[in-house]
Amino acid sequence: MQIFTCPFCGPRDETEFHFGAEAGKVRPEPAETISAEDWSQYLYSKANPKGSTREIWVHTTCGEFFAMERDTVSHEVTASDSLRRETKRVKK
Amino acid sequence: MNARRLPGFNSATIRFSFDGRSLEGRQGDTIASALLANNFAIIGRSFKYHRPRGIFGSWSEEPNAIVDVTIDGKTTPNLRATTERLVDGMEVRSVNSAPSAARDRSALLDRFARFLPAGFYYKTFILPDWHLFEPRIRAMAGLGRVDPTNEPAADCAVFHQSCDLLVIGAGPAGLAAACAAADAGRKVMLVDERAEAGGTLGWCDVEIDGMGGADWGQLQLSRLRAAGHQVLLNSTAFGTYDHDLVSVWQRRETGGDALWQLRPGEIILAAGAIERPLVFADNDRPGVMLAEAALFYLRQHGILVGSEIVLATNNDRSLLVARALRDAGATVTIADLRQGARIEGVGWHGGIEHVLVNGRKIAADCLLVSGGYTPSVHLFCQAKGKLRLDETIAAFVPDNAVNRTMSPMRIVGAANGEMDIDAAIASGFSAGGGKGKAPAVTEGIQRYHVGAAWPEPGGKTRAWIDLQNDVTLKDVELAARENFRSVEHLKRYTTLGMATDQGKTSNMNGLAAMAAITGRGIAETGTTTYRPPFVPVPFTVIAGRRRGELMNPVRRLTLENEHKAAGAVFREYGGWLRPAHYGAQFGIEDWAEAIQAEALRARQTVGILDGSPLGKIEVMGPLASALMDFNSYQTISTLKPGRIRYGFMLTEAGVIYDDGVVSKVSDEHFIVSCSSGHVQGVYMRLEEWRQDQFDPDQVYIHNSTPQWATLTATGPASRELVAGLGLGIDLDDPALPHMSFREGQFAGAAARVARVSFTGDRSYEVSVPQSMAAALLSAMREGAAKLGGCLLGSEALLLLRAEKGYIIAGKDTDGTTMPHDLGITGPRDKRQNEYVGKRSLFTENAMREGRLQAVGLTVDAGKAALPTGAHLIETVSGKHRSAGFVTSSYWSPVLGRPIALALVENGLSRLGQSVELYHLGKSKTARISPVCAFDPEGKRLNG
Repeated sequence: MQIFTCPFCGPRDETEFHFGAEAGKVRPEPAETISAEDWSQYLYSKANPKGSTREIWVHTTCGEFFAMERDTVSHEVTASDSLRRETKRVKK
Repeated sequence: MNARRLPGFNSATIRFSFDGRSLEGRQGDTIASALLANNFAIIGRSFKYHRPRGIFGSWSEEPNAIVDVTIDGKTTPNLRATTERLVDGMEVRSVNSAPSAARDRSALLDRFARFLPAGFYYKTFILPDWHLFEPRIRAMAGLGRVDPTNEPAADCAVFHQSCDLLVIGAGPAGLAAACAAADAGRKVMLVDERAEAGGTLGWCDVEIDGMGGADWGQLQLSRLRAAGHQVLLNSTAFGTYDHDLVSVWQRRETGGDALWQLRPGEIILAAGAIERPLVFADNDRPGVMLAEAALFYLRQHGILVGSEIVLATNNDRSLLVARALRDAGATVTIADLRQGARIEGVGWHGGIEHVLVNGRKIAADCLLVSGGYTPSVHLFCQAKGKLRLDETIAAFVPDNAVNRTMSPMRIVGAANGEMDIDAAIASGFSAGGGKGKAPAVTEGIQRYHVGAAWPEPGGKTRAWIDLQNDVTLKDVELAARENFRSVEHLKRYTTLGMATDQGKTSNMNGLAAMAAITGRGIAETGTTTYRPPFVPVPFTVIAGRRRGELMNPVRRLTLENEHKAAGAVFREYGGWLRPAHYGAQFGIEDWAEAIQAEALRARQTVGILDGSPLGKIEVMGPLASALMDFNSYQTISTLKPGRIRYGFMLTEAGVIYDDGVVSKVSDEHFIVSCSSGHVQGVYMRLEEWRQDQFDPDQVYIHNSTPQWATLTATGPASRELVAGLGLGIDLDDPALPHMSFREGQFAGAAARVARVSFTGDRSYEVSVPQSMAAALLSAMREGAAKLGGCLLGSEALLLLRAEKGYIIAGKDTDGTTMPHDLGITGPRDKRQNEYVGKRSLFTENAMREGRLQAVGLTVDAGKAALPTGAHLIETVSGKHRSAGFVTSSYWSPVLGRPIALALVENGLSRLGQSVELYHLGKSKTARISPVCAFDPEGKRLNG
């Protein structure tokens, strides 16, 4: 049982978390300009690196999505960052 | 074997039975020691050859002594007799034997042994079809029998705890470590598998700091307890897991066992070592036993395992054993392999008669063996620790130089290859942070010298490597010949090292044999991967109390009791326990008839349905309408306040995730009414897009589903019923048209009335705070009684919506269904801006011919309803294929004929066509029709 750290709630059991996506993935849009290959990359392709990785997780009990850095081999968690600090594209 | 209990061992008598024979044991016995004391040489039959087998070891390394145990009429299969405490009234049954271990019908299987090599079943029964042979083979295979009536209570507690230091193993090294750490002011937990602390101090004669070893152990234990440190006995640390978790199974005599989930700051592993057998012809005979096990039974249970004992060994620790057995009155002949002794066979006839050593028969009734000791490194290796071969003790030991992934774990004592007791204590003391002088062993040190005695391949007779799985040296040779040379392949091909003992006595000999056969070194051959659990752990312990409703609680309606009182029969729908039907209101017992009656009555007058689980997710803020548009297939922002729109939510793959209605309260406030089973999913999805694509300070999501009770009135008389509730809302159609809502009051509390319909009839959803639910139901039932209405269960609602062709996402759609497969193409054709799943609606796959599309199916007059799940069959070049399937099927009382919904390839362009359906061997015909079978003009919405 792993311990993950929610940047808002602190360290909790892994069962309280869900994986969201690999960090850095940007939704390609507008749809009309996106090739089938690029869309398929977005939908289905993962880097799935061996070793250090940065991922988006959600702490289901508080609902906050955040970035977590961890090692896929040793399972060591090296950082948990709030996404509130990162620049956000704002849809109008 | 002439095993017997020595005089002077006088604890209380316990009665038990073995294979139907009544026997007596002593308080403190294990099943194994009690059987030995009664001189039972044969206690089971081997897994594959049905060879007679006896007790071989003394603890969890035991490969042979597996028994079924019945207590109070409940049987637990495959317990290890060596670790199971004897309980009064216990009925013990040998496994893999009939009628008893001593007389087994299948024993002649052993005569065919040479036709049953490793891989025999794979090779022999593959043609013509394994399934022809399977029942007979399954009946003969396996060990204990499962007792289907034995359903243990969910009473195992799970404790989560942390400590500064966890010491695993309360032998001399572990005790020294725990006490040293406690003295240094650390919070210590000490766990040990056995009922008493001390480990080998319980059966080896040593003196520590001038007192007897066992007394010294007890003193350390009481010091720890007095200082408030936690000691768990009868507790096996069975696994190390990610992020420093150590799981411990504690056996408790009352109140159920417990699982301890420990997160120690540091771990000291003092798990000791396990003795290895020697590999020679007929080394599996009952009466052949590990040397230290004999010492264990002598000291712990007062049992002398034989009178004329041959002790075959390659190490000096066996000298301790020989001395003790001689002192107890046995004659002991030592056959020291280091001095050229070779064990060439065992004369056995119901019991050992002699041992063949270098061509000479030595009369014996018991043969003790010791091939050296294997450090118990399991928990270290589970934590990704690496091993190195230590030639001086002929064993793998932890390679402490290699980094691991867990918090500091130190290995001390025999587990670290420190086989001498003074070295073990010193290393424990130092690892625990002890200052000054370590406890001194003042007498009884037996230096450990060992000469490797690995299996020698090429022999003509059968010599066992793995007693539990009946793997012989010949099987290892066969595996090597067939190129299963990696130890992992060897394990899976021969089953060496599998099952309850996980090769505790056999793995080392197995890999050494493979090393010898292949000419590789032992270090190069390596070990198989160590995985938890170290011992078999009952599922009840791992599950703890998380079973049934405690694992997956069903959600309950506020009005459950009121529904019950009204005669509701409940079923689970999407996690909610809801009334399926109220047969009692018509005095109907048959559930199918009750559903028909409810559905018909609702069409004729009015039905009342508890729709409280329907989603009520509020989306608020300046960016609320942008989020709603992005989230939905249909544009939502163009709604006028007070109006409602039906729509889909798609996944990014374009597939329909859920459908539902959205109410617009204001430009900055929407209420999403999704289906009951999808509330949590829709809420999380809205959160995800809100945080991913929008400024979360500009839009906020609140799931208010649990706060509101919703009762729906549906049917021609529904307006009259709702009018009688006095909500203060103008219910005239121009003021409250279909797909609109208004806010009013019910008995002084807030109330919301929404005109949406899941039945196709005029309907009003009335939502009030949960505290008002009972009052609302009672008022509505009163109204319904006057109007000749009824209560409507979920089953009747499912029928009514199917008559209208209203889909249920996930039932009438599958993981490929896109909106245009339901004929809803407007947004796809017209919407300019982005929405979730948009790009996926324009892929090659989304636009291909032959997609499954939602249609209705009609059968000829007088025919029965189609079975849900029936497949449409097409014949293409002589071969049958499925071209779709029935998703919903009912008998419609209002139409007086069956109706069905289906997903059919190109269905929307095949209306009117005849199709053939197939289900469980029966063929049926039907005609493709529009999804809506009832009131296609929609007149009843305002009727």
